[in-house]
Amino acid sequence: MSQDLSFISQWVKANSRVLDLGCGDGTLLAELKQRLAIKGYGLEIDPVSIEQCIAKGVNVIEQDLNNSLHNFPDNSFDTVIMTQALQAMRYPHLVLDEMLRIGSECIITFPNFGHWRARLYLSIFGRMPVTKQLAYQWYDTPNIHFFTYRDFEVLCRERNIHVIKKQFVGERFPDRQLKNLWPNLFAETAVYHLSK
Amino acid sequence: MSLNYGQNSVGLVTAEKVLIDTPLTLACGTVLPSHELMVETYGCLNTDKSNAILICHALSGHHHAAGFYEGDDKPGWWDDYIGPGKPMDSNRFFIVSLNNIGSCFGSTGPTSTNPATGEAWGAQFPPLRARDWVESQKLLMEKLGIDRWAAVIGGSLGGMQAMRWSLEHPDKVANSIVIASSMRLSAQNIAFNEIARRAIKSDPQFFNGDYLKQGAAPRHGLALARMIGHVTYLSDELMGQKFGRELRSGDFTQGESAPIEFQIESYLNYQGDKFSGGFDANSYILITKMLDYFDLAREYHNNPVEAFSHAQCDFLVISFSSDWRFSPQRSREIVDALIGAEKNVSYAEIESDQGHDAFLLPNPRYEQVLAKYLSRVADQLEGQAT
Repeated sequence: MSQDLSFISQWVKANSRVLDLGCGDGTLLAELKQRLAIKGYGLEIDPVSIEQCIAKGVNVIEQDLNNSLHNFPDNSFDTVIMTQALQAMRYPHLVLDEMLRIGSECIITFPNFGHWRARLYLSIFGRMPVTKQLAYQWYDTPNIHFFTYRDFEVLCRERNIHVIKKQFVGERFPDRQLKNLWPNLFAETAVYHLSK
Repeated sequence: MSLNYGQNSVGLVTAEKVLIDTPLTLACGTVLPSHELMVETYGCLNTDKSNAILICHALSGHHHAAGFYEGDDKPGWWDDYIGPGKPMDSNRFFIVSLNNIGSCFGSTGPTSTNPATGEAWGAQFPPLRARDWVESQKLLMEKLGIDRWAAVIGGSLGGMQAMRWSLEHPDKVANSIVIASSMRLSAQNIAFNEIARRAIKSDPQFFNGDYLKQGAAPRHGLALARMIGHVTYLSDELMGQKFGRELRSGDFTQGESAPIEFQIESYLNYQGDKFSGGFDANSYILITKMLDYFDLAREYHNNPVEAFSHAQCDFLVISFSSDWRFSPQRSREIVDALIGAEKNVSYAEIESDQGHDAFLLPNPRYEQVLAKYLSRVADQLEGQAT
């Protein structure tokens, strides 16, 4: 289990209702179901991912996150999760609002574009970074909003979103040693636990 | 012999007439002291009788869902999805397909004899509701010695039965698979059904539903009813692709006076005539009304979440993008209610230009979704068995 997923499983309560936006192949929900006996549902639009969820016995609903989430009532879930997908949303701030409307709490993970490797790539090569985590060319990437740890902090402050907890992921040297000291430079991924 | 039908066909099949001699009290209050059901089965029931799948047919369906009858070159209506290695895998499941009461393919219905009068029921056949089909299927289930369906599956009206099963007999269903269906028909849907009924009743050969006694049949009315229905089961896009404005006869050249017929006219007339030769008009009226009356949550304070809170099974819901008779939105409502009731549910919206008929037709993604879901059901059953 990757580090960001292990943070998530610490923050989700046992037997709670979990909605995973962009649930992929259902790995996270399957893990949470097994460990914490959650009642989970994932939203996904990729046909192959949907089949993988079904094969795993993970509840998956075909629904595009860029369309309305109005079919989910206010506070109908304990936790709404979105891993590594906020940067691919058409309007990330509105999706964030929706997540906080539907869930009592939210967990968001996103790639920190302020990471030194991305900065170095852009400043030395003068080209948009292509990293292991964001392995796309600028023209074919689904990641249409690049933002940093600090950008996200500002957004939360502006929208009065309460940060319950945050964690930083960076596995390699010197990230592992420095990520908590200087997250905007050394965290590859940020993991946020939020509420209204 | 079965080799001729291909490796993934259930091969040669025969239907069996099953007598249900337990009285069946219908929703309208009428009691059928006994009734007969035409039944086909595919595959083998396992020793703990846990691998049975019930197929629920739609408006014009019947028991012949898969395989071939002796001498036929066309297989049953859901043959693309039932057979060895197919989504409803007859190597792993025991699949039960029946013709429901009120229909006209050999099961008790308007064309069979009313024991009270010694004459055909005709228009006197009692009105039916989807739950009556469910109760009749439950009696068949008991007769077959099955205690719990591994899955109840159906498209359109069949999906309504699959949902009703989950509420009426929650402990008897492990999985409910609801395809291209709805918790209740829209006004537009009821309107189309009423136009179809009016078409039948306006046929002079209808004789107020007593045409059998007169040795007649409202063929024109029934053909018209089917033509209306058929248009609503296809998408505009598909009709455009298939027929466009192609002419079957005549042309628009100046000076030409031969009558002009579009391909779509000829196709629809053919479909209507074919259907009216094989279906009973009273059955058509009866079953379209059954569709209109269906309202899953009526007795649950019109609250679908409350309704589904009574279910114990898991659900798979499937819709098709170009289906405007039972649109994806109707399926999403089912899914939302199931999530509200905290039931296990997965939902796939299959891209298709085939309209409502898509649930009967080959489609790789639809096949995969069904296959993945059912193969997990079978894995679980076989895991338990060993």
